Amino acid sequence: MANNNTVKWSRKHLLGLEDLSAQEITTILDTADGFKEVSTRTVKKVPALQGKVVVNMFIEPSTRTKTSFSLAAKRLSADIVDFSASTSALTKGESLKDTARNIEAMGVDIVVIRHTTPGAPHLLSRTINASIINAGDGAHEHPTQGLLDIFTIREMKGRIKGLKVALLGDITHSRVARSNIWGLTNLGAEVYVVGPSTLIPTQLKQLGVKISYNLDEIIPQMDVINILRIQMERQKAGLFPSIREYARLFGINAERLKKAKKDILIMHPGPVNRGIEITPEVADGARSVILKQVTNGLAVRMAVLYLVAGVSADK
Amino acid sequence: MSSILIKGGRVIDPANKIDKTANVFTLNGKIKSVGAQSPKADKVIDAKGLIVAPGLIDMHVHLREPGKEEEETIASGSAAAVNGGFTSVACMPNTEPAVDSEASAEFVYLQAKRTGKANIYPIGAITKGRKGVELSEMGQLVRGGAVTIISHCEDKDLVPDGVMNDGFISAVLGLRGMPNVAEEVMVYRDIALCELTGGKLHIAHITTRGAVELVRQAKKKGINVTAEVTPHHLLLTDESVKTSSFDPNYKMNPPLRTKQDIEALAKGLKDGTIDAIASDHAPHSPEEKDVEFNIAPFGIIGMETLLPLVLTELVNKKVITLAQAIAKLTVNPARILGLDKGTLTVGADADITLIDLSKEWVINPDEFKSKSRNCPFRDWKVKGKAVKVIVGGQVVN
Amino acid sequence: MKRVILDKSSISDYLKTIAERILDRNKTGSSLALVGIQRRGVPLADRLKEILSKKIKHDIPTGHLDITLYRDDLKTIGPAPLVKGTDINFDITDKNVILVDDVLYTGRTIRAALDELTDLGRAKSIQLAVLVDRGNRELPIQADYAGKTIKTTSSDIIHVKLKETDGKDEVVLSIDNGE
Repeated sequence: MANNNTVKWSRKHLLGLEDLSAQEITTILDTADGFKEVSTRTVKKVPALQGKVVVNMFIEPSTRTKTSFSLAAKRLSADIVDFSASTSALTKGESLKDTARNIEAMGVDIVVIRHTTPGAPHLLSRTINASIINAGDGAHEHPTQGLLDIFTIREMKGRIKGLKVALLGDITHSRVARSNIWGLTNLGAEVYVVGPSTLIPTQLKQLGVKISYNLDEIIPQMDVINILRIQMERQKAGLFPSIREYARLFGINAERLKKAKKDILIMHPGPVNRGIEITPEVADGARSVILKQVTNGLAVRMAVLYLVAGVSADK
Repeated sequence: MSSILIKGGRVIDPANKIDKTANVFTLNGKIKSVGAQSPKADKVIDAKGLIVAPGLIDMHVHLREPGKEEEETIASGSAAAVNGGFTSVACMPNTEPAVDSEASAEFVYLQAKRTGKANIYPIGAITKGRKGVELSEMGQLVRGGAVTIISHCEDKDLVPDGVMNDGFISAVLGLRGMPNVAEEVMVYRDIALCELTGGKLHIAHITTRGAVELVRQAKKKGINVTAEVTPHHLLLTDESVKTSSFDPNYKMNPPLRTKQDIEALAKGLKDGTIDAIASDHAPHSPEEKDVEFNIAPFGIIGMETLLPLVLTELVNKKVITLAQAIAKLTVNPARILGLDKGTLTVGADADITLIDLSKEWVINPDEFKSKSRNCPFRDWKVKGKAVKVIVGGQVVN
Repeated sequence: MKRVILDKSSISDYLKTIAERILDRNKTGSSLALVGIQRRGVPLADRLKEILSKKIKHDIPTGHLDITLYRDDLKTIGPAPLVKGTDINFDITDKNVILVDDVLYTGRTIRAALDELTDLGRAKSIQLAVLVDRGNRELPIQADYAGKTIKTTSSDIIHVKLKETDGKDEVVLSIDNGE
């Protein structure tokens, strides 16, 4: 009887969506469903992770993801400590491994790590015993963002299978894109990557992703467009000619939206460059689920913390 | 003065096209005879069932001294060399300070002599301090010998901050890629310059299908170009970076390439386009190497794994013959480096490696003589090992 | 050894009795609310609602409580229990909340439910209704309305089956007699 009532989840770490089966992704999404309600209560807190210690180890600046994980941990009654690069020993020449070992010696159960280098969470998972949650490693993966995007799509559309989802913008440098690709293709969506040819690795075709350099051509068929943030320094690196041209060819505006399906979802992981990748009227418009994504992010991160904590308790 | 008789081994000496059971007799540090005769000797080694080969030469190693003695010293590197079956190694000048003068070359020489194991030949830097500005005093460095330019072919402009092969795996992992063409345009450039100047060019650690083809064509045209390949570029692909979850022991420069490249390298090795096999032994301390993939330094150690890997993966799997393998580890590198070594010709230096082809073992870097442990071949099952190494008529391992 | 201790009609009878006693104590039923504990407390609460609705004129707000996140053994068990979600779309403040579950045993589930209800608001009162009380309490908790009361040992298993969740109405007692 106990078995029917426990989740099909046996992973101590969440390092990326590439590793997860469709069943595991669905388990996280279903668990997150159960957590959504907690955030609507007057007392937005449950005692599930009481006594657990979570560290937010952010070796790359981030406000939203860190805040989201902090709140998620707090709503589960875990203790959460922030450890950011500017205040850390890492700036004093201590290695990531040493820093992690030190943090672990203080009795930490879960480490949430954001790092500029792909694979840094994997390095930690080899180094310490705590559960590791990847909160973004370079251009590699950002699994909780991918999950909250998929969760939002499922919530709005009722399914993932068969949907046409476009990831729009700088695919090359985007961890959000990679996590979305793994998760969405695994659940049966048709994924398109759209953007300037200089910002799309053509090898992604091998993952069953369709590549397009022409947004206007594909927009009428899309059910969802997930807009990636354009980083201004890429323009300086010569990867696209000008911000203005980018906005003209790949920006989502009301005019362009007219060509889209009536019930298209417009998503953006934030922070939004208003007027560049998306106009304010669309960002705040009826088809935009940008704020829903933020709300859902909390539920998804609660689910992930809850699930990996269950596995570490098992050890 | 001492003499050694190595009895009953299978003597393979590619320079003299010898592959037969014979006795090798050394006297006063030189080869005295190879044949049926069995003269009285101070020491007799029973080599029945063993291969008796000219002392192996690793033409591409980094020994870190001077500068990073915690990673390798000339003494530990020399011990690792003979443990791997090498009687001579050529070490690269990227030390701190660089080997760019007669004095610094002499330092390496003297340190090597003191340890009394393998012969160590310092390769000189082309420019002072390896800065690419002012030419080193090459004449003094080599004292009259012919200069071979050894080129690490990589167009730096094409690999800004690259950490692995540019391709599907780098795209998936979000790591910066180093494309094949970055190597190939430089191989092309250097071959063209070599043709123009009539000089001698050696391509270090060749890794791409295109580069192999360029060397093959250059050789056909009679250009004086040679090439070497490492075991890791022959055996591993960029997929290892993914399957190992970003283990920096799979981070090298040039990077591990793809299956197609490996196939081209094997073909080049077989048809003689690639002349030599070298380790590119690059020791790094765990503090330096076992870190985030982007900031980890390139390279792995290799002197103690090269021979078993070549025997297990290339010879036993019939990619190349045993005689070919030995040639690429003896006479060929000797010729490229201009060394009078790599053969068992009567009168040559008595540098000899005895190899047991049937010895099965499991690679465990913790047992290495090298000071470093950055090796991706841990737990590989191999067959074949150097069991005795003689340098200048002395048994050193 | 297995024994059916309640069948379809006795389950129905017990629920009717419980409903009557609830109305006895909460005369008008005006501020009544029902909260079923996941999983089998949920259909039981729905059935009580149906019985009660026939006797009083107005609607009785009814919700589901998932106490998973309030369990006191989360730190020691693994893998994590399934989260089914709490669904109470009314304010419990100033309500007389009837907490409904199938079996009352150690009392730990009820402890968790009380904690969760407290976080959801300040109920006027919380009363407990269960179909079966099997004793063996580990906490000082008693039912206000119990259907069948039966003495058991901790190795016995009580299996409540309900039409909504299991296809039929039946309560089975399995006694482990060392076979």
